[in-house]
Amino acid sequence: MGPRLAAAAAFLVMAGACGSSSGGTVATDVGITSNQILLGNTISQTGAAAAYGTIANAENAYFTYINSKGGINGRKIKFVILDDAYNPAQTVPLTKQLVEQNQVFAMFSGLGTQDQTSVRDYLNTQKVPQLFVATGATTFGKDFNSNKWTLGWQPPYQGESHIYAKDVLQNHPNAKIGVLYQNDDYGQDYLKGLIDGLGDKASTMIVDKESYDVTSASPASQLAILHAKGADTVFVFAIPKPTIQSLAIITGLHWAPTIYVNSVSNVATYMKLAEKSGAKIDGAISVGYIKDPTDPQWTNDDGMKLYRQVIANCSTCDANNGFNIYGVAVAYTMVDVLTQAGSNLSRANVMKIASSQLNETNPFLLPGITVTTTSGDHFPIMQEQVIQWTGDAWHLQGSIINERGTIK
Amino acid sequence: MQEFLQQVLSGIASGGIYASLALALVLIYNAMGLVNFAQGEMAMFATFLAFTLIGRGMDYWIALPLTIAIAFVGGIVIQRVVIRPVERAPVLTLVIVTLGLATLINGLAGFFFGYLPRLFPSPFSVQTIDIFGAAASWQDLGVIAVSGVVLVLVFLMLQRTTVGLAMRAAAHNPEASRLLGIRVSWMLALGWGLASAVGAVSGIMVAPILYLEPNMMQTVIIYAFAAAVLGGIESPLGAVIGGLIVGVTVNLAGTYLPGVGGDLQLAVAFAIIIAVLVIRPNGLLGRRAMRRA
Repeated sequence: MGPRLAAAAAFLVMAGACGSSSGGTVATDVGITSNQILLGNTISQTGAAAAYGTIANAENAYFTYINSKGGINGRKIKFVILDDAYNPAQTVPLTKQLVEQNQVFAMFSGLGTQDQTSVRDYLNTQKVPQLFVATGATTFGKDFNSNKWTLGWQPPYQGESHIYAKDVLQNHPNAKIGVLYQNDDYGQDYLKGLIDGLGDKASTMIVDKESYDVTSASPASQLAILHAKGADTVFVFAIPKPTIQSLAIITGLHWAPTIYVNSVSNVATYMKLAEKSGAKIDGAISVGYIKDPTDPQWTNDDGMKLYRQVIANCSTCDANNGFNIYGVAVAYTMVDVLTQAGSNLSRANVMKIASSQLNETNPFLLPGITVTTTSGDHFPIMQEQVIQWTGDAWHLQGSIINERGTIK
Repeated sequence: MQEFLQQVLSGIASGGIYASLALALVLIYNAMGLVNFAQGEMAMFATFLAFTLIGRGMDYWIALPLTIAIAFVGGIVIQRVVIRPVERAPVLTLVIVTLGLATLINGLAGFFFGYLPRLFPSPFSVQTIDIFGAAASWQDLGVIAVSGVVLVLVFLMLQRTTVGLAMRAAAHNPEASRLLGIRVSWMLALGWGLASAVGAVSGIMVAPILYLEPNMMQTVIIYAFAAAVLGGIESPLGAVIGGLIVGVTVNLAGTYLPGVGGDLQLAVAFAIIIAVLVIRPNGLLGRRAMRRA
């Protein structure tokens, strides 16, 4: 190559580099073209956990909104959603299909603890980002160093349980605690957080813990045992349906313990469903980190207004369903990362930004919460606020509690 | 003692749920000598129909009989359209067809009605009453009472009417029945219609407790199988007794057997099925098994 040709080539490369900020001509990794970024997702849109399926549609609604504003540096996001029915046996082939046939740039917001665990090794071997998985299982933040292509987003379950432990120790120091938990990684994660958080008080305060299987018709038997063991404080570490059932059954037993409900089931719609079935849940405690669309205090909030504008892009999404604002909020973080990556849209760079350089104020999260990662901390959200159910709605209590650094 | 009583009562309550669906399984077995794996899904779908009717403003007491009637016709239509072409096929073919039907109906329900759990109205109060210090809800007791009424009706129909006799004959010995002038194929269809109607009653009764969604009956049907097998799969009374025994056994095993807890409840149900088939294949009230001719 002569010097003149080399100069011309250099000019072309520079032109290409400049062009990428407004249109882009250089594809920098699999799944990226001059005008498109391809993301993949698996989620349960049918099956036992189908209620979560709307999250992916809400995420797509945010991407549609961003695309309508010109996309990210001229590239539009294309989002491929596949239904794994909450069944890891389906998550694996569907994820391989997205990676090998669709050639996605990254997997985004795949849902389910077992499901996402089942593809973690594969995605890490293939060096495909598994970003912002929709599960609070502590392992997705804690074990980052052995899975550098995987990252969670929502607060880890153990951190949430630590907050409950603090609340109990402070407000009910003589509580006799009964725990109902799902007999898998998710339920045990919550239980471990509670035991760790109570410290040396755990063995005396927890009078009994009973597990249930997702396949059982009702947790009535387990709750009767907790009642008989004399518990006056009940933790319900359960997905939505058994949670609703539990709340109704507890009242049915003429029992009025202090009730803690985990964040994965505390959507206001479900709490109201429990009330309609006879449950007396005034005073129930949970935590929140996302703005509740049904809470009137956010009516004139800019973030909530933006959410309502965004969610209008999804015809099947109920704007008042808390799962949808979750989807929009996590999609916001994804767009944030891709925007920061700018013209360096390689999988490695995107992963680096997501796992160690996040410092985001997300308009859909409670004021004061930041989405943060550093080279030594890979839990993006670690702040939550205690909420209490009174008069048909959740009410924020106290101030934001920061659990950063408490999970070793 | 109070804990024991509470576990027994709560077991009887779950047992009532299993019994109500087991009755439908017994009916279909009496009609075609086979169980219908889609029974639970058909019951769920009928419940969604009732839910839709009530949601459109129809009175509960009009929606209930109307849904049962629709379920009856629906059961007959399914038999005519889906089962009849394979009526004389090997048993395995029929089993696979009903399994496919279960998946199809589940998917259709998800498509039409979505997967959010919904509160279904109940004619019984959500209040509970004390029985020697243990609590039982009116809803639970109502499910058992309704199962009892359905049991009596099914029993009278099968044992005391000519149609019932013809149905049983058609299932036991189709060739001989045909020679006697019984329209065997229509007896099968009638069996499907009746089982579907009984299933609809079951779905409508248990929906206020289990919350209505497409997967509502998926685990119930396994316990219902255990109940029907335990009671003797041909016997309606056996199904109800079997249901109550399964409900109570599962609870007591979970409470008092070390290591069972809440995790292995389903395993207890399967253990009951296996134990009955090994030790007493005819169940508690069933007659000696006969081969399909």
